[in-house]
Amino acid sequence: MKVVLKDLTKIFPNMNKKIKEGVTAVDHFNFEIPDGKLVGLLGPSGCGKSTALNLICGLETPTEGRIFFGDTDVTDLPPENRGVGLVFQNYALYPHMTVRQNIMFPLENLKGDKKLSKEEMEERVQQAAKLVQIDNLMDRKPSEMSGGQQQRVAIARAVVKMPDVLLLDEPLSNLDARLRLQTREEIRRIQRETGITTVFVTHDQEEAMSISDLIVVMRSGKIHQIGKPQEVYDDPVNLFVATFLGTPAINVFEGEVKGEKLFISGAEVLDVKGARDGEVWIGIRPEGFIPEKNGPLTCHLNGVEVMGRDSSVVSTHPACSAVIRSIISTESDIDKNSETVSFSLKPFKVHLFDKETEERIRFEY
Amino acid sequence: MKKNNLKGWLYLLPALLFLISFMVYPLIDVLVYSAEEGYNSASQIFFGYGLYNYSYVLHDPYFLQALKNTFILVIITVPLSTGFALLISLALNSIQKLKDFFQTVFFLPYVTNTLAVGLVFMILFKKTPYSEGLVNLLIFWFGGQSVDFIDGPYWAKMFVLCFYTIWVVLPFKVLILTSALASVNKDYYNVAKLDATPRWRVFTRITLPMISPMIFYLVITGFIGAFKAYSDAVALFGTDLNSAGMNTIVGYVYDMLYGNSGGYPSYASAAALILFAIVLTITCINLMVSRDNVQY
Repeated sequence: MKVVLKDLTKIFPNMNKKIKEGVTAVDHFNFEIPDGKLVGLLGPSGCGKSTALNLICGLETPTEGRIFFGDTDVTDLPPENRGVGLVFQNYALYPHMTVRQNIMFPLENLKGDKKLSKEEMEERVQQAAKLVQIDNLMDRKPSEMSGGQQQRVAIARAVVKMPDVLLLDEPLSNLDARLRLQTREEIRRIQRETGITTVFVTHDQEEAMSISDLIVVMRSGKIHQIGKPQEVYDDPVNLFVATFLGTPAINVFEGEVKGEKLFISGAEVLDVKGARDGEVWIGIRPEGFIPEKNGPLTCHLNGVEVMGRDSSVVSTHPACSAVIRSIISTESDIDKNSETVSFSLKPFKVHLFDKETEERIRFEY
Repeated sequence: MKKNNLKGWLYLLPALLFLISFMVYPLIDVLVYSAEEGYNSASQIFFGYGLYNYSYVLHDPYFLQALKNTFILVIITVPLSTGFALLISLALNSIQKLKDFFQTVFFLPYVTNTLAVGLVFMILFKKTPYSEGLVNLLIFWFGGQSVDFIDGPYWAKMFVLCFYTIWVVLPFKVLILTSALASVNKDYYNVAKLDATPRWRVFTRITLPMISPMIFYLVITGFIGAFKAYSDAVALFGTDLNSAGMNTIVGYVYDMLYGNSGGYPSYASAAALILFAIVLTITCINLMVSRDNVQY
C-alpha cells in the first residue's frame, strides 16, 4: 500500500514555557512512498525522522497536514486501526513472555471476523518465525537471546499481523558492526519476501544507501532530497546532502568560477560550462581524484593508506579546511616520499554549490 | 598472610562487637530463656530445660486470642492494602493534572505523627459522653444503629484496627507502586497500542507482570509487618489489650515481659520464637510463589 504525506507538520510545544514558539520537528513534508518499496528516512540525529515515523504510525498526531494509506485518509485514525507494524529501536519485546508468546500477542488481540482459531494463530506465528529464521528459538525469553535475535523477534511480531505498512525505528543501531551488515541484508530480504511497504529511520547513510529503494534525506524537519540512493549520491541538490552521503565524506574546497573555469587557490582545475562567475563551495568525491604528475590540483601529501582493494591518499590543501581523502586504485603509482601530490579531477564527481545558499550550481561536462 | 588476616578481623571488630552483643547474643538468649522451665526473674533460678514454656503459651487463651487477632489482621490487611495501593497508583499514573498534589495527599499519612493519627481515629470512631463519633453519625444518617467501635463488639474493633492498619501502610505501598509503574518503558504500551490491545489485557499481560517484582516485595514486607503489629492496636485500644480482646502476638510478648502479668521472660521468649517460626514459614512460601511467577 502506498503512503502519501501531504504538508505534514508537527510542532511540539517548547519545554521552556517562557518561549511561546514551539519546536518544529517535521516541517511540511510532501512525499509519496510507492507501494511495496523500502524507504530510508535519513538524517542527523534530532532532524525529526523518528517523529515522522510516529506520525505515520499514529502515535503522534500531526499539527497540520494529512496522511494517506492508499486512497484512505488515516490522519484521524487511531494507531490500532491503521494496520501498521512498528519495530522500536530497543525492540520493546515483552521480557516476561517467550518468543512464541511475544509474536502471538498481536494475534490474540484480533476481534470480530478477524479473530483466529488457536491453530491458525499457531500457524501464522510459525510462518513469521520462519521468515525471520528464529523458529528454533520459540521458547526462549528475550533476555536469553542476542541483540540480533531479539531484533528478528521484534520484526516477526510486527509482521505477524500482516500490516500494510511496516515501520522500523533505527533498526540496526543497537547491533554490533558485523551483525549490522548481516541484519540489514535480512531486512532487505524480509521486505522483498513480504512485499510490505516499509519505512525505516536511520542516521547511518551507509545503512540507508545499501538497502533502500528510495532515500529521503532530511535535516531540521525539512526534506532536502528524495531519490534512489545512487541518484542522490551522484546528484545532490545541496551541500548538506552532498556532505551527509558517502564514506569517506566528500571533500569540500573553497573556490571560484571565472569565465566558465573553476579555480582553487588561483589554479585552474576544471572547465565548468554554464556556471556563472562567483565564489563557490566545491565538493569533490574521494573517487573523483586522478593522480597525475602534472595535474592541476596540487596538495600537500600526508600519507598513503593501503586498504587492499584500493588506497586512500591523505593530503591537505589550503583551500580545504579538513583533511582530503581520495580513493585511488592501488595500481596508480604515487611516490609516498614526495612532499606533494597532484591530481586532475573527474568532472562528474565534482559538485559546485553556491557560497551563500549552499544550493547546487550545475554545469555541463 | 596470617598477619593480614588479623588486620582484617581488627577492622571488622567494631561492627562484629555490636552485632554480637545486640543481635546474636539476644537471639541465643531468647532460645535459652524459652527452654528454661519455671524461671523466676526475681531469684534468677529455674528447674530445668524442656518444652513446657511452649506448651504453656500454646494453651494460654490470651495467646490464642492474640494469634487469632494477628492472623485476621494479616489476612485482611495485606491483600486489601496492596490492592488499594495498586488501584490508587494506577489512578495516579493515569491522571495528568494535579498528579503531584494527589501524590502528596496520599503520602501524608506516612509522615504524620502516630498520636495525631490516633486522635483523628478517636474523632471518627470513639463514643464519648459528648459525641457519638463521626462514623456513627454517618451510620445514623443512613438509618443504622450506633456501634461502639472502640469498646464494643469484637468485629467492630477488628474493623477499626484493620482500617487503621491499611490506612497507615498504604502511603508507602502507593509510593513504591507509582514509581514501579512509572518505570515501565513507555514503548511497551506503544507496541500494545499499535496491536490494538484492550486496556484490561494491557493491564493483566503487560503492566502486572512488569511490576510483579515490586508487588511481591510489598506482599512479603506487608506480611512481616502485619505479623509484627502492636503499636497500632495500642494507639486505638490502649495498653490493656488483653482485656479489650485485641492483643497481638507482639503485644502478648510485651505483656509477658513488662505488662501487669509481666515478669515471665520464658513465656515471652517462647511466644517470640513461635512468631518467628510463623513469619519464616510464610516468607518462605511467599518467596516460593514469587519465584514461580516473577520470571525475568
